[in-house]
Amino acid sequence: MAFIPLFIALPLFSAFLIPILGKIYKPLVWLLSTAVAFVLFVLALYGVAVSQEISMVVYKMGNWPPPLGIVMAYDSFSAFMVLVISIIVFACSMFSLRFLSTYTGNWKFYTLLMLMTAGMMGIVITGDLFNMFVFLEIAALSSYALVAFGLKGEQLEASFKYIVMGEIAGLIFLLTIALIYAKTSTLNLADISTALQFAKNTTFFWMTLGMLLFAFSIKAALVPFHSWLLDAYPAAPAPISSLLAGICTKVFGIYTSARIIFNIFGLSRANDPLFFNFLIGLGLLSIIFAGVTAFSQNDYKRLLAYSSISQVGFILLGFGIGNYYGVLGAILFILAHSLAKGLLFLTSGSVVHSAGTTDIKKLSGLGERMSTTAWSFRIGALSVIGMPPLIGFFAKLFIIIGAIKAGFLWIAIAAGVLSLLSLGYLLRIENNVFMKKGKSEAKPAPFTMRVAMVLLVVLIVLVGVGYQTIVDYIAGPAAHALLRGLEYSHMVFNYFSMSF
Amino acid sequence: MKGMSLIVKTVTNIVIGFIFIYGLYIILHGHLTPGGGFAGGVIIAGVFVLKLLTFGSKAKDERSASTQASVWESIGGLLFVSVAFLGLLLAGTFFINFLPKGTPLHLLSAGIIPICNIAIAIKVGAGLFAIFLALAAQKYIIED
Repeated sequence: MAFIPLFIALPLFSAFLIPILGKIYKPLVWLLSTAVAFVLFVLALYGVAVSQEISMVVYKMGNWPPPLGIVMAYDSFSAFMVLVISIIVFACSMFSLRFLSTYTGNWKFYTLLMLMTAGMMGIVITGDLFNMFVFLEIAALSSYALVAFGLKGEQLEASFKYIVMGEIAGLIFLLTIALIYAKTSTLNLADISTALQFAKNTTFFWMTLGMLLFAFSIKAALVPFHSWLLDAYPAAPAPISSLLAGICTKVFGIYTSARIIFNIFGLSRANDPLFFNFLIGLGLLSIIFAGVTAFSQNDYKRLLAYSSISQVGFILLGFGIGNYYGVLGAILFILAHSLAKGLLFLTSGSVVHSAGTTDIKKLSGLGERMSTTAWSFRIGALSVIGMPPLIGFFAKLFIIIGAIKAGFLWIAIAAGVLSLLSLGYLLRIENNVFMKKGKSEAKPAPFTMRVAMVLLVVLIVLVGVGYQTIVDYIAGPAAHALLRGLEYSHMVFNYFSMSF
Repeated sequence: MKGMSLIVKTVTNIVIGFIFIYGLYIILHGHLTPGGGFAGGVIIAGVFVLKLLTFGSKAKDERSASTQASVWESIGGLLFVSVAFLGLLLAGTFFINFLPKGTPLHLLSAGIIPICNIAIAIKVGAGLFAIFLALAAQKYIIED
C-alpha cells in the first residue's frame, strides 16, 4: 500500500523542485507539474481499483501505530476525491501553459499549484484531525497567494478578503481541535469518533459540531458566508478559478463536513432528523439566493461564481437528505460540478486570453471566432443545467430519487424547478458572448488550452453516458463509505488485525 | 537599505559569529535539548537579517540574496521530503526511521531526526530571510 503517501509526497516534492528547475530551464516547470498531475491521476485510478477489494486502507506514517502515530485512512470516498482532484489539477496545469504567458514569474504559479494539490490530497486521505487542519492551511495559504497572482489592485483586495474569511474559518477549526483534544485526549479521527460516542447529545457534542460546520461553511462558501468567493473567483487567474470552483471548496468544506458529520460524529438521518433538515435548509438557502442573484451579474466569471455557490447548495441538499440515493447524488454532484464548473471557468480563461475582458455586455460574436471554447461552454452549461446524457443530469436525478424515497416530495420538486435557475443565468452568457453577432478580433484559443477544455468535455460526456459504471465502481462505494457511519473507526483499528 | 553607525557595526562584528554558532548548536542538538530545526533556523535567519540591517545593502545584492534564499529554501524542502522517500525505498514505509538509533543522549543518535532537523533549519532559515527581504528590500523584488 505504498502508493498512499505518494499522493502527498509527489506534489510536495515537485513543489520544492520547481523553484530550482525554474532557474535552470523554465519550460521544464510546466512539463513537471503536468506530468506529476498525470502520474497522480494514474495512481488515483490504481487507488480506485484497490478500494474495490479493500474498503479501508490504513497507512501508518513512519510505522507508528494509531492512535499514537499519524495514519492515512484511505477508503472509497477518499479514492473518489483523489481521482477528481487529479483530473482537475491535470486540466488546470495543461491550460496554464499559454494562459500564464502574460504573467511575470509564472513558474512560481506551479509551485503554488503543486502545494495546493498536496494540501488537498492530504485533506482527503488523512486520518488525523490535526493533520487535516495542517493540510487545509497548506492548501488555503497557497490558494490565497494564487488568487493574488496577478498583483493588480482588485486581485490583492480579493485575496485580502479571502485571507480574512479563510483564516477566521481556520482559527475556529483550530480552536475546535483544541476543545476536542482537551475532552478526548486524542487527535486520531477514528479514536475521536469512538470517544465522542460517550458524549453523544451533550452540549459539547453539538457545540463542537456547530463550530466545525461554521468553519467548513466559510471554506465551502455557503450562503451566509459566501462574500469572499465573489471577489476571489473573478480576480484569480482562470485556471485557479477553475481549480477553486471545481474542487477546492468541495475538498475544504464539503468533504470535511461530510466526513465529520457521517463518520466522526456518527449522525444519521434516522437518529438526528432535525440536524439533517437543517442541512437541507442551508442547501436550499444557497441554491435560491445565489441562483437568483446570478441573474443580475454582468461579469462572466462573477456570474459563474454565483452559479458555483448555488451548485454547492445542491451537494449539501443531497447530504441533508441523508439516505443512500441522496448521498450518492451528492457525491456524483461533486464529480459533475468539478468537471462542468472547472470547464466553464477554463472557457472564461480562454475568453479573457483572447478578448481581454470578462464583461458580458462588451463581449460578442465569440461563438464563431472561438468555436472550441463556445462548444465547451455549451456542453459544460448543459451538464450544469442537467441535460440527460450528461453527468449533471444523473447527479440531480439521484438527489431527486433520494428526496422522494425519504418522503420529501416538495424537495424533489423544488430541486427540479430550481435547476431552471441555472438554465436562466447560463443562457445570459450564451446569448451575450457566444450567440450574439458582432465584430470580434479574438483569436481562437491556443492548442494546449483547447486540449484541456476538450479533455473535460470528453470526460463530462463519457462519465454521463457510462454513469452506471461510475455508480457501481466509484460513487456507490463512496456513498457506502460515508453511510457506514461509526463503523469507520472499527475499520481503522481492525485494519491491522486483518491479514493480507 | 542604509547601514547603521560604527558602534553597531563593531558590536555586530563581534556577536555575529557567536549567534551563528548558537544557531548551529540549537539545530544539531535538536533531538537532545529543547529547540530544533525551526528554532535554530530562525536564529540563523536572524544572523543574516542582523548583517543586512547593520551594514546596509544595495538593491542588486538584495535581489541576488533573495534568489539564493529561495533556492536554499527549496533545497531544504527537497532534503526533508527525500528523507521521507528514502524511508519508503530502503525500509518500505514512508517516513520510517531507517538509520540506526544509536545511544540515547549522544549527538549521533535518533536516526533520521537530526537530518530532518537540518533540513527544517535550512528551509526555515532561508524562508524567513526571504520573507524579511520581501518586506524590507529597497525595491520590490519581482523575478521573471
